[in-house]
Amino acid sequence: MSSYKYNNAITNNMEKTININLRIWRQRGPKAKGAFESYKLDGVSTDSSFLEMLDQLNEQLISEGKEPIVFDHDCREGICGMCSLYINGHPHGPDEDITTCQLHMRKFKDGETITIEPWRSHGFPVIRDLMVDRSAFDKIIQAGGYVSVNTGGIPDANAIPIPKPVADMAMDAAACIGCGACVAACKNGSAMLFVAAKVSQLALLPQGKVEAARRAKAMVQKMDELGFGNCTNTGACEAECPKNISITHIARLNREFLKAKFKD
Amino acid sequence: MSTDKKTKTIVAKIPEGALSEKWSNYKAQQKLVNPSNKRRLDVIVVGTGLAGASAAAALGELGFNVLNFCIQDSPRRAHSIAAQGGINAAKNYQNDGDSVYRLFYDTIKGGDYRAREANVYRLAEVSNSIIDQCVAQGVPFAREYGGLLDNRSFGGAQVSRTFYARGQTGQQLLLGAYSALSRQVHKGSVKLYTRREMLDLVVVDGKARGIIVRNLITGKIERYSAHAVVIGTGGYGNAFFLSTNAMESNGSAAWQVYKKGAYFANPCYAQIHPTCIPVQGEMQSKLTLMSESLRNDGRIWVPKKKEDAQAVRAGKLKPTEIAEEDRDYYLERRYPAFGNLVPRDVASRAAKERCDAGYGVGSGLAVYLDFKDAIERLGKDVVETRYGNLFQMYEKIVDDNPYETPMMIYPAIHYTMGGIWVDYELQTTIPGLYSIGEANFSDHGANRLGASALMQGLADGYFVLPYTIQNYLADEIRTPRISTDLPEFAEAERNILERIERLMSIKGKRSVDSLHKQLGHTMWDFVGMGRNKKGLLKAIDEIKQVKKEFWSNVFIPGEGLDLNVELEKALRLADFIEIGELMARDALHREESCGGHFREEYQTPEGEALRQDDKFNYVACWKYMGEDKEPEMYKEELKYEFVQVQQRNYK
Ligand SMILES: Cc1cc2nc3c(=O)[nH]c(=O)nc-3n(C[C@H](O)[C@H](O)[C@H](O)COP(=O)(O)OP(=O)(O)OC[C@H]3O[C@@H](n4cnc5c(N)ncnc54)[C@H](O)[C@@H]3O)c2cc1C
Ligand code: FES
Repeated sequence: MSSYKYNNAITNNMEKTININLRIWRQRGPKAKGAFESYKLDGVSTDSSFLEMLDQLNEQLISEGKEPIVFDHDCREGICGMCSLYINGHPHGPDEDITTCQLHMRKFKDGETITIEPWRSHGFPVIRDLMVDRSAFDKIIQAGGYVSVNTGGIPDANAIPIPKPVADMAMDAAACIGCGACVAACKNGSAMLFVAAKVSQLALLPQGKVEAARRAKAMVQKMDELGFGNCTNTGACEAECPKNISITHIARLNREFLKAKFKD
Repeated sequence: MSTDKKTKTIVAKIPEGALSEKWSNYKAQQKLVNPSNKRRLDVIVVGTGLAGASAAAALGELGFNVLNFCIQDSPRRAHSIAAQGGINAAKNYQNDGDSVYRLFYDTIKGGDYRAREANVYRLAEVSNSIIDQCVAQGVPFAREYGGLLDNRSFGGAQVSRTFYARGQTGQQLLLGAYSALSRQVHKGSVKLYTRREMLDLVVVDGKARGIIVRNLITGKIERYSAHAVVIGTGGYGNAFFLSTNAMESNGSAAWQVYKKGAYFANPCYAQIHPTCIPVQGEMQSKLTLMSESLRNDGRIWVPKKKEDAQAVRAGKLKPTEIAEEDRDYYLERRYPAFGNLVPRDVASRAAKERCDAGYGVGSGLAVYLDFKDAIERLGKDVVETRYGNLFQMYEKIVDDNPYETPMMIYPAIHYTMGGIWVDYELQTTIPGLYSIGEANFSDHGANRLGASALMQGLADGYFVLPYTIQNYLADEIRTPRISTDLPEFAEAERNILERIERLMSIKGKRSVDSLHKQLGHTMWDFVGMGRNKKGLLKAIDEIKQVKKEFWSNVFIPGEGLDLNVELEKALRLADFIEIGELMARDALHREESCGGHFREEYQTPEGEALRQDDKFNYVACWKYMGEDKEPEMYKEELKYEFVQVQQRNYK
């Protein structure tokens, strides 16, 4: 019978713990006034993930009879796009190319003060504490982020060969997890990188090319309508994107958008 | 479906005819709903994973009025998004001898002869359409330089039939289904209800007619009605607390419909995945899978000598310092024909066997997965293109570089083959209630092969349910919209409010997570990789204690009718506790070893699983008999007409 063996770091390095101070944004609801609250948390394993550290804080709060901090998360492996958090001034924290759930406490020092805020953007109202409403992203996709095919009666998957570099480029764009870090990072609160990733993925593939211009126009229109800001090419989105989505996709989006305008 | 109370048996409405003709015969004879009537029929689909999203999209395209629910803030975040490795199909693009029959056969064999032949054959049959569909949606599958689709191999197969999109196949397939779904939302045929959790099924005059949900933002209880209800809520692996499932994956919807009269099939069949990152510490909240595709090129080993194993555990010896002849590539040694690509259950047990015998590395509960040879043979670049994102994921979590030192892995709970019992039409024992995807029990028998869950979810959602549900709905065209003011809705809502009130008023001392971890320990120790009678009896006892402790000493802060994450978790845990008990009970009754269910009393002298076909060649279907009453078991006999039942052999 093999039970979990805890407290035995698998890397054979002795497990280390640190004590940290936290400044966390707390806000009851979208219209309520929020404020930072400070917490002290001792004995955080450096092998813990950032969200496990928050679990630990919540356990502490619950044991004191207090309400835990509300934050979004689900897969905890960097793919669902559910986790968010502005950590020490960076969406998904200071480490590069990862989501908050993939950030580990070994990146922080003993005694450090960590500041945690929700995504801050007009397009993403706060629901509670660190949880925000990103349903605007769904609305943008619903406006045209698809290929208009019904189920069934489809030609063989190999009927149209697609050059590997093209398929790879489409995959690079398709890797977007819809977390919203790009919007949170942008001083204008623009959703351009998110929209561009989808438009570009589908415009690159022969299956999606057919309605590329129409798609670009519909999605950009929706984005504007939902109150996201304009893109001024600062590149902050690319720098903070956990999936490294390139702003070259924005150029492709602009091309498709212009084509649509031209046709009008 | 028909049950016989006297003989306690149940049959699955399998169409007549030869195996390869059953599905065509069914489709030729089933009833259809004409287009003008479809708009007047409401269908609730719970879940937006591969199964739920594809079903909702396909039903919307057909013209039904669909209501689609999920827990997350967007349908795109369903747990399916996390699937890494790939999806199977019998395309035979590699010309390596694949066929619908071979995919069917591998799946039946992989499931250790505990799956229903007719369902599995249909699954293999529609597999090819799935790939066509996904490519048409713009899913960027991996391609070869010639522009055609690439394939890789997965465990339990000797052909290369797995389609993939880097290490993010689930993400890409789900985004494909999500895009089809979004298109229907735009058209108005599907209405989305996100951040809603189903808390009960409403049955009116014996038929499924609606659901009660909790709005997770407001905390308010809401009622929704329909002519039919589809459950696609995923698996219940989180009963073990630590698993590869997402944090919000749960078994509650399945459990609710069980309590309303649907049968729960083979609850004890849980899959333990051999290649996961080992447990690290007490605060660990989930386990991360390292895709099975790694076994294509990685070689699994432990030290041959106990002293070496001890030395690496103590940090005195590095794995790279152990000479080739002192390494035990135990899968290649025990299973020369399949080597590192044996099915998951076999690979998991072999790892446990080595670790229990004292050859484990890391904490003692880990084995090596080594890419040294692959890097020498293929070059680092090729290895990087194949597995780069997985290596990066590993490095982020463990802080070790797998290009330089072997990965450490250990088995973890991953998937549940058991689930809601469904007949050939995917209908449960409650008329009008269907179940699809991981939530049902249908296609994988006692063990699921890699890359087959994505296939099943999309098969159910795109190509099976949209047909079979019409056979039922065709008789509902005269039923007007169902009112949510019916007494059955009011009563179900009242019960939910009482349950929430009861939980909130306990005001005990234990957090939900601490109790969930306690349940998880019991499950892993006694209902995990190795099970025996004594342990299972102990588990049932311990689970009863957890239940008592939960209902008398849990503490949930905040309000019941407000956003309350602890309450969400508590409601799910209440069900996991009961699911855990049924799993143990089912495992206790099944006195044989098959697939993921390994009863230590039943093994061959070489330690392989030993089935008892004369006694247990059936699906165990559990019927709820009331709170604190023992459930009754009905049997669906499994008849193998087209394959010969054999001892599985991967040697
Ligand atoms: C890490 C990982 C990797 C995997 N890799 C592969 C692979 O490579 N190949 C393969 O074939 N399989 C793989 N699998 C298995 C496969 O991903 C799943 O079995 C499959 O995706 C399940 O899909 P589903 O649609 O049935 O459920 P899920 O994707 O789990 O979706 C469940 C849905 O139901 C909703 N829901 C749940 N409960 C409720 C409720 N009470 N009320 C309302 N909504 C609810 C959720 O919000 C969600 O939308 C993997 C699994 C894991 C964990
Ligand atoms: S929780 Fe899924 S990406 Fe972080």
